[in-house]
Amino acid sequence: MSIQQAKKSSIFVGAANWLRSLFLGGTGGADGKRRWIDYAFLGAFLLLLLVAATMSDVFFTQRNISNLLRQIVTNGLISLGMLVVIVTGGIDLSVGPVVAFSAIVVSGMIQNQHLPLPVAILIALGVGGLAGAFNGFMISRFKLQPFIVTLATLGAIRGLVYVYSQTPITPEDPSFRTIFGMPILGPFTLSILIMLVAFLVMLFFINRTTAGRAIVAIGGNEEAVRLAGINVRRHILLAYIISGLCAALAGILLASRLGIAQPSLGVGFELDAIAACVIGGAILGGGGGSVIGTFGGVVILGLIDNLLNLLNVQSYYQQIFKGLIILFAVLARRKDK
Amino acid sequence: MAETDFLVMRGIRKSFDGTQALKGVDFSARLGEVHAIVGENGAGKSTLMKVLAGALRRDAGEILMDGTPVVINSPFAAHRLGIRAVYQEFSLVRHLSITENILLGQMPTRRLKWLVDWKLAHQQAAQKLAEIGFTGLNVRTQVARLSVSQQQMVEIAKAAVTRPRIWILDEPSAVLSQEELKRLFELIQRLKQESALILYISHRLEEVFEVADRITVLKDGELIGTVKPGEADQNQLIKMMVGRDLGELFPRRQPNLGEEALAVRDFSRAGSFEKVSFSLRRGEIVGLFGLVGSGRTQVARCIFGADPPSAGELRLEGKPVRPRSPRDAVRAGIAFLTEDRKRDGLVMSCSIRDNASLATMNQVSRLGVLNVRKRDARVQEKVSELSIHPAQINRLVRQLSGGNQQKVILAKWLLSEARVLILDEPTRGVDVATKVEIYRLISDLADRGVGILLISSELPEILGMSDRALVMREGALTGEFPRAQASEERLLACASGVVQ
Repeated sequence: MSIQQAKKSSIFVGAANWLRSLFLGGTGGADGKRRWIDYAFLGAFLLLLLVAATMSDVFFTQRNISNLLRQIVTNGLISLGMLVVIVTGGIDLSVGPVVAFSAIVVSGMIQNQHLPLPVAILIALGVGGLAGAFNGFMISRFKLQPFIVTLATLGAIRGLVYVYSQTPITPEDPSFRTIFGMPILGPFTLSILIMLVAFLVMLFFINRTTAGRAIVAIGGNEEAVRLAGINVRRHILLAYIISGLCAALAGILLASRLGIAQPSLGVGFELDAIAACVIGGAILGGGGGSVIGTFGGVVILGLIDNLLNLLNVQSYYQQIFKGLIILFAVLARRKDK
Repeated sequence: MAETDFLVMRGIRKSFDGTQALKGVDFSARLGEVHAIVGENGAGKSTLMKVLAGALRRDAGEILMDGTPVVINSPFAAHRLGIRAVYQEFSLVRHLSITENILLGQMPTRRLKWLVDWKLAHQQAAQKLAEIGFTGLNVRTQVARLSVSQQQMVEIAKAAVTRPRIWILDEPSAVLSQEELKRLFELIQRLKQESALILYISHRLEEVFEVADRITVLKDGELIGTVKPGEADQNQLIKMMVGRDLGELFPRRQPNLGEEALAVRDFSRAGSFEKVSFSLRRGEIVGLFGLVGSGRTQVARCIFGADPPSAGELRLEGKPVRPRSPRDAVRAGIAFLTEDRKRDGLVMSCSIRDNASLATMNQVSRLGVLNVRKRDARVQEKVSELSIHPAQINRLVRQLSGGNQQKVILAKWLLSEARVLILDEPTRGVDVATKVEIYRLISDLADRGVGILLISSELPEILGMSDRALVMREGALTGEFPRAQASEERLLACASGVVQ
């Protein structure tokens, strides 16, 4: 290993240790020895930044950075909920329609019911929480496969969205747009800060709460956790509720950013969220996953979109590139074993 | 032919991540012998066997068969040379039938090559099973429905299809009852007469002395020596394995019995066991012996609330309790170490810290938020108390040896400060030195007033540890023996239904 490499890796390890020391207890779902691959996303991140710096002069403007950050808020929040579910060994395919449902409900409550903003937001969150609770109940109570249950609700909730409104709803209350979209701190808007705080809360939840540790353990061996005297069902239910809430929050912020809620919103969002978790080191089937890694995955996917947009690359190529990144992430891990 | 060494392994070296598992082992064996390989966990016996079976690649050394060097770089290459290994973890396809598993990849076909001749297939499979002395099973049965020992027989029958010359049996007896063990030994004798070489790995020295023609001892990746069963006794062998005298295997203790800790009355679960009644006092170690399938584990699971009993009462320290879930049982002060640590004892993907604190997180948290400092301190204390190695609590349990994994589970239940401890095969797949440590620990716990129910299929363990021994057979409690009256013959007779 050259001195330069050694220096670089020590910076990564140092940064991670600092983050860890904030929360005392390991960054990941399954804490233990960290290896280079756990920081590989940081390398990919730096590489993308380098490409950006050399190829686009617009990239480093405050406007673009702010745009980039606002764009990753949606996937960031969805991925966070997805991570909790993946860590238990499950999956939540229904997050896309939940995003649409909460977006359209919050808009409808503001525009048609003229409810005050906080009430509308709470109702929309409640809708997401309910959707998650339904998924979690079916999965934990009847021991159904998460893939099947959420595949069913993926369709059913989308149907409910159209039942609620077949046409887009535009909330005309200007404060709904500005409150989340106005820059507060440099390029940071409230929506970005909400996402960042959500990540910190999740880091705390996973590492420092009994429920978080139980959820991580369930993904590794559900029966062992049950025999340790932990209520497994309740924790699985909780994981899906968290996922529903995160998706709903993403939907609210997305409606605020776009200024319009379409019933077709969020198609395919579940795939980006799963991708972010996997790039960040989550193992489908449970037994591994990392909050910081997922954040890295979200940023990388966001960077790809943003950069290729700036460079005027057609979106088909973006999809190809994203697919390759996902494969690379999984391949790199496989080699590491 | 039988007197010359058929298999010669010379200067075998293998290291993992810098630790040398094999430091140049010279091993040889003949056809027509049962050659046992013993050693503590981590001594390198499994590694050596995996090198031979092609599951691991050696770093250095050569392997000769019948005097000619052979290339073994994959399990497939080993198969073609007539080397077959039966590991503790089976390689069966659980949702397929016995027939399909035994004939996997070589199902007989009809004239049209893509049509399976099922009738012939079932016949062939039944024949293969009969050849190894195993009858009375419908070959159409799904493997998932078989007991562990039956699965092992299928695994052996599957390997026997290719008529291997070298058999590697890795801890074949760990899952077997006494009766099944007898059948396995008969099978081994038959293979031996067909002049196969049987390499037999086991922790159970009694068995090794019974079945082996020669015994090779490995320690820390080196071959210590090869002896014949007549030349050494168990104690000498143990000394070779651990390099020191262990002293007494079982601790001597004066039981100090207190109040009733646990009482079970007319406990039943449909299809598993019926009308089981016994009691357990504080400070008492009660051994529960029974063959596999006798229902002993099911009784334990029902006491612990893991399965619901269909009838019966449970009293804990005089008060009636009815645990509906393991959670209720843990809260009531019952702990349960399960027999299969990989299946339901440990979360392999988690750290020592997470595993050891799993049952007691609410003791180190407030409103669901963990006090990680307190948790870590408590876990660290148990890790040093039980001398778990490595002593780093953020190590994944997957990276630990079997003995240390077992200690992590013990740490989990020690932290829960349970007053009734149910131990189901606590020393399965654990090396001798750790066994001794676990026995001392059990004895200490009893001395501190914990009531202990020790379930085991190892008679010496039951006899050496229990103040009182219970015997189960076919779902019923068939005998109770105070320490003075318990003997190997009596317990075995009682467990197998032989009238004395």
